[in-house]
Amino acid sequence: MTMIDRLAPPGTDRLVTLRDVAVTLGGRAILRDVSLAVHRGEVVTLIGPNGAGKTTLVKALLGLVPLSKGSVTRAPGLRVGYVPQKLKVDPILPLTVARLMTLTQRATRSRVREALAETGVEPLLGASVDGLSGGEFQRVMLARALLRRPDLLVLDEPTQGVDQLGEAALYELIDRVRKEHHCGVLMISHDLHVVMGSTDRVFCINGHVCCTGAPQAVAGDPAFHDLFGAQARAFALYTHHHDHAHDPLSDSGDPGGCGHDHGAQAHGHALPHPHPQGEPGHVE
Amino acid sequence: MLSDFVIRALLGGLGIALVAGPLGCFVSWRRMAYFGDTMAHGAVLGVAFGFSLSLPPLVGVLVVTLALAGLLARMTRSRALGADTALGVMAHSSLALGLVLVALMGIRVDLMGLLFGDVLALSRGDLAWIWGGALVELSLLIVLWRPLLASTVDEDLARAEGIPADKLRLVLMLLVALVVALAMKVVGVLLVTALMLIPAATARAWARTPEAMAVGAALIGATAVVLGLLASLEWDTPAGPSIVVGALTLFVMGGLSRRGWALRRESKMSI
Repeated sequence: MTMIDRLAPPGTDRLVTLRDVAVTLGGRAILRDVSLAVHRGEVVTLIGPNGAGKTTLVKALLGLVPLSKGSVTRAPGLRVGYVPQKLKVDPILPLTVARLMTLTQRATRSRVREALAETGVEPLLGASVDGLSGGEFQRVMLARALLRRPDLLVLDEPTQGVDQLGEAALYELIDRVRKEHHCGVLMISHDLHVVMGSTDRVFCINGHVCCTGAPQAVAGDPAFHDLFGAQARAFALYTHHHDHAHDPLSDSGDPGGCGHDHGAQAHGHALPHPHPQGEPGHVE
Repeated sequence: MLSDFVIRALLGGLGIALVAGPLGCFVSWRRMAYFGDTMAHGAVLGVAFGFSLSLPPLVGVLVVTLALAGLLARMTRSRALGADTALGVMAHSSLALGLVLVALMGIRVDLMGLLFGDVLALSRGDLAWIWGGALVELSLLIVLWRPLLASTVDEDLARAEGIPADKLRLVLMLLVALVVALAMKVVGVLLVTALMLIPAATARAWARTPEAMAVGAALIGATAVVLGLLASLEWDTPAGPSIVVGALTLFVMGGLSRRGWALRRESKMSI
C-alpha cells in the first residue's frame, strides 16, 4: 500500500494522482518528490509561502507544465473546472460576464443564469468584465468553472482581491459547492485559519511536501501550535522553521503528516531552500 | 456605370476586408501587430522566391510567410530572444533580402505595386485566389472561434479545460500569413497590417462582445474599401493607400462620435 492510498478516504473515487512529481523550470528545481491525490467529494488545500511551488504543483496536475520526474494520472474523462490565480482580461478584448461564462463550452442562457445564481452573482449576467470588483470576478470565475459540471474543481487562491468578509463567504460557498456538486476540490490558500473548517486535507508545500494530514491532525501537532498558536497573524504560518530531516521514506510512512519534529535543529534538506521570515504587516 | 476593373477591385478589396477585420481582432487581442507586419515584410522575399522558381508570386509569398510563421513560433517558444527582437530581425532582414534578391536576379518587379498594392490591376485569377482563400479563412475562423477566443483570453485556462492552445496559436499565425499573402496585391505589403488593425480598433470602441467586434471590424473594413476606391477614382489617388485612409477616417469618426456620445450621456446624468 502506498502512502497515497493510506491517505485516501476509504471507498472514494480517485480523480487525480501525482506520484513522485518533480518540476524544473528554466533550470530551477521548483518541486520535487510530490505525491498527492484528490478524491471525489473532498477538499484538499495547499498552503505554503510565496514561491513555494504551489501554483506550479497545480499546473503540473493540470498538465500545463512538463514534469521532469514522476507521473500525473487523471481519471479517464475527468472534467476539470479551473480558476487560475491571475486572469486578467485585457480591456482591448470586450467581454461580458455572459460571454466569459461560455468561454470554453457552450451553455444555454438558463444554465448560465443558474450557475451565476449559485455563486450569488446572477444580476451581473450582462455586465462588462472590466467593471467587476475582485470579489465579483472571483464569483463569476467560480460560476464559470461550475458550469462545466466539473469532477474536479481547481482553485488557485480563490480569495484573491477579496476583502476579509467576502473571503469567509467565499470559502463557505466553496464548501457548499463541494457538497452539492459532489466534486473534488483542490485549492491553494494562504490562510489556514480560514480554510481550516472547510478542508479535509492540508498539504504544506515548500518545494516539496513539508507535512500533510487532516487539519485536525495537523492542528493537534505540537509543530502546528508552534506555527499557529503563538502567533495569531495568519501569515506567521510561514515563519516556522522546517528544521527536520527530510527522509522521504519516513515522511511517506507518516500518515498523520507533521509527525516530524519541526522544532529540532537538525537540518537534512537535500536542496537548500529559504524559509523567509514574515515581516510584520507583510501581506501578499 | 462602373467598369470591369473597378468591379474587380471592389470584389477583391471586400474579400480581403471581410477576413482581415475578424482576424485583425485576434491580432490586436493577442498583441500580434508586429507579427503581422513581419509576415508582410517577408512577403517581399516570397515574391523573389516565387520568381526564382518561376512559381506564381502568391505561391512564393505563401511558402515564405508560412515558413516565417513556423520559424517564429519556434523562436518565441525558446524565449532566448524577446519576441519583438526576433520579429524585428526577421521583418527587416526578409524585406532587405527580398529586395537584394530581386535586384540580383535582374527581374523586373513593380516595386511600388509590391509595397503599396495594385488593386485596380486585379485579374480574374487574382480574384479567385482572394475569394478562395478568404472563404477558407472565414470557415476556419468560424469553426475554431470558441477555442481560439478561449486560448486568447487565457492559454492556461484553455489548456486546463482541454483546448489545444499551442496548436491554435500556430493556426492563427498561419491564418495571418495567408491573409498577408492574399492582401498583398490589394494594399501592398506595407499597408496590410493597417487593414487588419484599423477596422478592429474602430470596432472596439462600440463592441461589448468579441463577436460584435469581429463582425463590426469586417463591416468597417468593407466600408473602408468602398470609400477608398471611390475616393481613388474621384481624385486619382493610389487605391491601396486610399483604402487605408478610408479606414483611418472611420476610426477617427468613430472615436469622435463615441466621445460625443459619452459626453452627452455625462451631461444628461449631471442634470
